[in-house]
Amino acid sequence: MSATIHFTIDGVEVTGKAGQTILQAASEAGIYIPRLCAHKDLTPHGSCRVCTVMVNGRPQAACTQPVSDGAIVENETAEIKELRRNLVEMLFVEGNHYCMFCEKSGNCELQALAYRLGIQAPRYPYFFPQRALDATHPDIFIDHNRCILCGRCVRASKELDGKNVFQFIGRGAHKRVGFNAPDGLGHTDAAVSDRFVSICPVGAILKKRVGYAIPVGQRLFDKRPIGSEIEARRAKGK
Amino acid sequence: MKQEDKTLIQDICARFNRDRTRMMDVLIEAQRALGYLSSDVIDAIAEALAIARVEVESAASFYAFFSQKPRGKFVIRLCNDIIDKLKGVDRVASALREQLGIDFGQTTDDDLFSLEWTSCIGMCDQAPAALINDKIVTRLSSDSIREIVRSLKEHGDFSKLKLALGSGNNSHPLVRSVVDNNLLQRGAVIFAPSEPSQALGKALAMSPTEVIRSIKTSRLRGRGGAGFPTGMKWEFARNATGDARYVLCNADEGEPGTFKDRVILTEAADLMFEGMTIAGYAIGSEQGILYLRGEYAYLRAFLEDVLAQRRSKGLLGDNVGGKAGFNFDIRIQLGAGAYICGEETALISSCEGLRGDPKTRPPFPAQKGYLDMPSIVNNVETFCCVTRILDKGAGWFAAIGTTGSAGTKLFSVSGDCERPGVYELAFGVTLAELLKIVGAEDAIAVQVGGASGRMVNPSEYGKKLCFDELATGGSIMVFGPGRDVIKVARAFMEFFCEESCGYCTPCRVGNRLLKQGLERFIRGMAEPSDIEYLEQLGKTVKTMSRCGLGQTSANPVLSTLQSFRSEYERRVVKNTSGLQPSFDIVKALRDSETIVKRKSVHVGH
Ligand SMILES: Cc1cc2nc3c(=O)[nH]c(=O)nc-3n(C[C@H](O)[C@H](O)[C@H](O)COP(=O)(O)O)c2cc1C
Ligand code: SF4
Ligand code: FES
Repeated sequence: MSATIHFTIDGVEVTGKAGQTILQAASEAGIYIPRLCAHKDLTPHGSCRVCTVMVNGRPQAACTQPVSDGAIVENETAEIKELRRNLVEMLFVEGNHYCMFCEKSGNCELQALAYRLGIQAPRYPYFFPQRALDATHPDIFIDHNRCILCGRCVRASKELDGKNVFQFIGRGAHKRVGFNAPDGLGHTDAAVSDRFVSICPVGAILKKRVGYAIPVGQRLFDKRPIGSEIEARRAKGK
Repeated sequence: MKQEDKTLIQDICARFNRDRTRMMDVLIEAQRALGYLSSDVIDAIAEALAIARVEVESAASFYAFFSQKPRGKFVIRLCNDIIDKLKGVDRVASALREQLGIDFGQTTDDDLFSLEWTSCIGMCDQAPAALINDKIVTRLSSDSIREIVRSLKEHGDFSKLKLALGSGNNSHPLVRSVVDNNLLQRGAVIFAPSEPSQALGKALAMSPTEVIRSIKTSRLRGRGGAGFPTGMKWEFARNATGDARYVLCNADEGEPGTFKDRVILTEAADLMFEGMTIAGYAIGSEQGILYLRGEYAYLRAFLEDVLAQRRSKGLLGDNVGGKAGFNFDIRIQLGAGAYICGEETALISSCEGLRGDPKTRPPFPAQKGYLDMPSIVNNVETFCCVTRILDKGAGWFAAIGTTGSAGTKLFSVSGDCERPGVYELAFGVTLAELLKIVGAEDAIAVQVGGASGRMVNPSEYGKKLCFDELATGGSIMVFGPGRDVIKVARAFMEFFCEESCGYCTPCRVGNRLLKQGLERFIRGMAEPSDIEYLEQLGKTVKTMSRCGLGQTSANPVLSTLQSFRSEYERRVVKNTSGLQPSFDIVKALRDSETIVKRKSVHVGH
């Protein structure tokens, strides 16, 4: 039996279980905390930092911070929203995100989060990096231009697929996703049926020969903003 | 790949029991033997350690001193720290470029020399300095570097260079380095005369909990920068559950402008090892690790020898100091060029043979550290204090310094001062007093605490150096009349951009944006709104970053904005023309000309 933990998020009382993260407890309670690197089936990574909340006045990543009794968590303050917007804008200028013709558009979590946070256009100068494309695999494209280094693919391959197709290579500005073969993804044991293929939040991992299968207007976030599936739980009284 | 090279890799891996957590040692040895870590070498290591090749590449590509491309027989790494810049490193760089006919990042056609820049190598008191493979050269001038290169071209043997050996143990046969200690003031704790092994004997006569209580009573706080109470940290580790416990000594000393740990390692290594041994007894550990930054590899053989002597005296090994059942030994883990590995959880990652990424907290190292076991990480100087506390008593130690900051502190002073070097002074000395001692009363600005610390203007020189006023892990960089604080801040931001591990968004991207923002001020392209822009950006990086690097990396910008605001205001371009000052039309034209491969017709200008 795990102990019950009581705390508040923006004044709303939330109960969690010992060992849960703030993000998990919030999601169960129907409170949406923005996230990009976190995924319900993967161990937390804590790298994008958009899930940052104030816990008793101190910034903590909700996806890695355990729930604690009596904690006062702030999620939707003007200050935090602004800081999150800044992070999302950083991700946009760091890579090359061509939403207008990306086939992930409408299903992309980065784009959807930008809309939810009210971002029109980044205020930071674009880096316009030169990044590679890998088409060596018969069924999968990797476009590093769109990668936000969330590490979901790395973890999915290990934790869900029982393989080790990806790891991060390089440091700092040179960091990128590397493959377990010097000549590209096609030379690894990656398969199109692997879970990593569909777990990328952006359009950096795509199945070949799918293209724009779903028309604009019918894609996931065309209909409802990101996070509404979580918030629906709260509306229903859980 | 040649079979003999493959065998060599297999032998190296076998020497480390094919233990993947010893990856750092494997990579270091492989590179030493074969020059660089080729794709084949990475494959061979992966095979020998029975892990995925991408895991090997992931670790190898993280550290600045590992190369996946062929390099020259001599890799010259010139230190690009701000102090080296003040002391003329650019002239040294030009001389090198000219003489070798290559730029930084390149290798000569005869495969003899490679040129690289490197972050602070801990020689600011004798700048400009460089690493040549793992040897150090200091006080460089364009003439001296030319002579070094000329000789190396002639005989190809570093040991034949006619270099005057440095002071103290720097002339020891196992060191033989030009490095100088510049230990200009000895204080009551670290560099006072002391009787070896007294402290250990006294500790072993007490119970482990009594030792911890003594450290708590002394009010010792960590010397690595954060100032966490040492006794409390040890108590957490002792009380945590685990099959083993570890004592880690942080000798990564990467904070720009810090070099005091280097002097301890050279002159007082026994004091440090004794402190680690006492810690081992106190928390119930059998294994210690000294994490030695790659830049200090020149001290490794010497330190191994100190350890060997301690073993032969029964001060390490089984039944240490005659205490039945207390077994403790220490190994040295060499780093390979990564400032982030000074952060305690990144240091642990590196010791485990991984990329030097910081770990997610909680759990904290005291609960789950090295190999997921309870561990303590303490600074070199902290362990030395421990030894002296056990010897002279907690009360004696607590009586030195101030209430919140007991004991003495080693200050590494560099920059525009008459006597750069290491000074051991009681906590509570004012910055003004220190500036007087080092001969820098005309300083216009002082960076206290290294790049991650803060820039102080003369109105604050009356403040005390201690945890509660002006805190520092030891770095004091002095800037004299005529120096430009915004350029200094930019140099620090370059450092952070180079050294960010890249794990989290704000640090990986935000530091680059901060650097660009400063650039606008330096190039006269800043708008009035850019001051607030920098403040907001700095706040984002500080608040949202995952570890201490990003949480402090905006300090050069934020603290100069606070203490030297007029420097920023004075450079702002008032927008009268209706044009955006930050838009560089000349550069934009140049870029487009390159792309379309023809010159445009310039009207006006
Ligand atoms: C980016 C970064 C670099 C650090 N570098 C060092 C270092 O080189 N040496 C050190 O002792 N502590 C360093 N620290 C502090 C360590 O994380 C840790 O707090 C310290 O080693 C604990 O020892 P202490 O309590 O004895 O000071 C660094 C921290 C950060 C965030
Ligand atoms: S490829 Fe996709 S899943 Fe992998 S790190 Fe990049 S953005 Fe994340
Ligand atoms: S979701 Fe928590 S850091 Fe990315």
